[in-house]
Amino acid sequence: MDWINILIQGGLLGGFYALFAIGLSMSFGIMRLVNIAHGDLIVLAAYVGLVVTERTGLDPFLSMILVAPIMFALGYVLQRGLLNQTLTGGLLPPLLVTFGISIIIQNGLLEVFGAYDHRLEEGAIETASLHLPGGLSIGVFPLVVFAVAVLSIASLQLLFYRTRLGRAFRAVSDDADTAELMGIDNRKLYAYALGIAMVFTAIAGVLFGIRTIFAPSAGPIRLILAFEAVIIGGLGNMWGTLIGGIVLGLAQAIGAALDPNWQILAGHLAFLAILIVRPNGLFPRTRD
Amino acid sequence: MEAAVETTRVERGTKASRIFVFVALPVLVALATMPWWSDSGNVRLVGEMAYYLALAQLWNLLAGYAGLVSVGQQAYVGLGGYALFYLTGPMNMNVYLAILLAGPFAGLMAIPISFAVFRLRGAYFAVGTWVVSEVVGLLASLFAVLGAGSGMSLTPAILRQISPDRDTRSMILYLGSLGISVFVFAVVYLLLRSRHGLALTAIRDSEPASASLGVNTFRTKFIVYLATAACTGLIGALIFLQKLRISPEAGFSINDWTVVVIFMVVIGGIGTLEGPFIGMLIFIVLRELLADYGSIYLMLLGAIAIVVMLKAPFGIWGWIIQRYDLQLFPVGRRLVLTPPAQPTQK
Repeated sequence: MDWINILIQGGLLGGFYALFAIGLSMSFGIMRLVNIAHGDLIVLAAYVGLVVTERTGLDPFLSMILVAPIMFALGYVLQRGLLNQTLTGGLLPPLLVTFGISIIIQNGLLEVFGAYDHRLEEGAIETASLHLPGGLSIGVFPLVVFAVAVLSIASLQLLFYRTRLGRAFRAVSDDADTAELMGIDNRKLYAYALGIAMVFTAIAGVLFGIRTIFAPSAGPIRLILAFEAVIIGGLGNMWGTLIGGIVLGLAQAIGAALDPNWQILAGHLAFLAILIVRPNGLFPRTRD
Repeated sequence: MEAAVETTRVERGTKASRIFVFVALPVLVALATMPWWSDSGNVRLVGEMAYYLALAQLWNLLAGYAGLVSVGQQAYVGLGGYALFYLTGPMNMNVYLAILLAGPFAGLMAIPISFAVFRLRGAYFAVGTWVVSEVVGLLASLFAVLGAGSGMSLTPAILRQISPDRDTRSMILYLGSLGISVFVFAVVYLLLRSRHGLALTAIRDSEPASASLGVNTFRTKFIVYLATAACTGLIGALIFLQKLRISPEAGFSINDWTVVVIFMVVIGGIGTLEGPFIGMLIFIVLRELLADYGSIYLMLLGAIAIVVMLKAPFGIWGWIIQRYDLQLFPVGRRLVLTPPAQPTQK
């Protein structure tokens, strides 16, 4: 029974990692943007959630109504103003520019909020749990996060495969130059893509803030986990990202069950093992 | 009578490079004698500049020439540092011998690591190298003999092996950092001027094209990766010899040993030998001027990186080359045409 419990907790943790990774998966899949600032943007969203809840008295869940559009606007402006100019010169320009953005966000948050830990208070749901037959107990909040991850990916799939905008995203992802010849305004489309990616980053950030304490330096480890989930799942495959997150969560849960010090290490090792066997991840849909 | 023909010859040096030698040599002599004429604060700063420059030249060789954009070089800094602390501490080895072994040890570790990361390309390679160095750092924090999460310290007895006298010791450490910087620069410069350098420059310009012209791209990149890892490990040993303490967090810090170095190389000019010098100087000057402002200084550094990347994607030296065709460390060959000689009267 212990192992079943561990696997369930690991799988739910995976939903959380998948949620971190959705925004990255989108920008990586559509514009091949290696966004080093992704983790810091998640943390930034948590801080925006903090300000919104403090100023308006809104419940953290509801604060997303304001956090999401703010992050959308930020994503649109970042892509339009900065990142679009970096997409033609290979790997280094976007890497460097997003490194710069990452450092600015981290230290900006440090200036404004200090190095202290913060937290979004959601109340009873944080600690509530469901008791299942067989002595299993499942936290309600991890279950909600997992459901949000699945719903987010499902809605993105609808966007990608059922709308004009989604068709344009897929076209640009497959072949940006040809898509432009067919009359797509790539730069504007990229700006929408990062904007939408940031909506999911906003959701991830607020849920992250409810789940654990956060500080300005919390970004890089979220980034690494998100990257691992995206790459394990395969480029351009949203359901793959969910599976990538679950693989990571399971590996970490199993590692932690063997020795608490091994949790993060086990996740990294699983990631490397998968990459060595399948350098493009498990289910790649787009070519790099 | 012979026809008057244009003769050609191949030249490697440039006028600027020949003049520069006469500037650089006295500067180097001045730096090497610095402990005798300057105060210890300045000497320490120049020592730090020296090892940052060495790290920057190595990353430049890796990313700028071999196309291996690694964000995991901190793995080798940490490995070199830990090798020094482990060999001198638990293994009781002489400190000089331990420093010499730290580099080869890091190079040796790079072999299994390269089997994993060399299967990856581009962004995947970058993320892969980062994850590998996280793994190495986490492993270091698991071993009790390495001090686990809190790390290790150098005992006074080990320091006395370098030299019993404190001033002599800091002089030796300074000359060590200066020496490694000159050594790394010489290795990179000579490598780039050699046959392999031609291959590397070709890979930098286009990997598929150089492969189709018969360059063994895998072998060339593999050699560069191992050599870079070994040199980075040696520098890591020297850095932590001066810091006296190492912990997984400090040894495997991506910000201290890779991000800062990438900034230097890219701001200065990637794929040139002059760029890392300029980038390192800008970084150190900014830090000395603004370090008191803490996070504001780091934000400014980030902003500068963004602006340089957008306005001068080849860095400051790249921008200068475009305008003035200036080369201080020429690695290429140029064809010089000599006008036909005047026919001599018989």
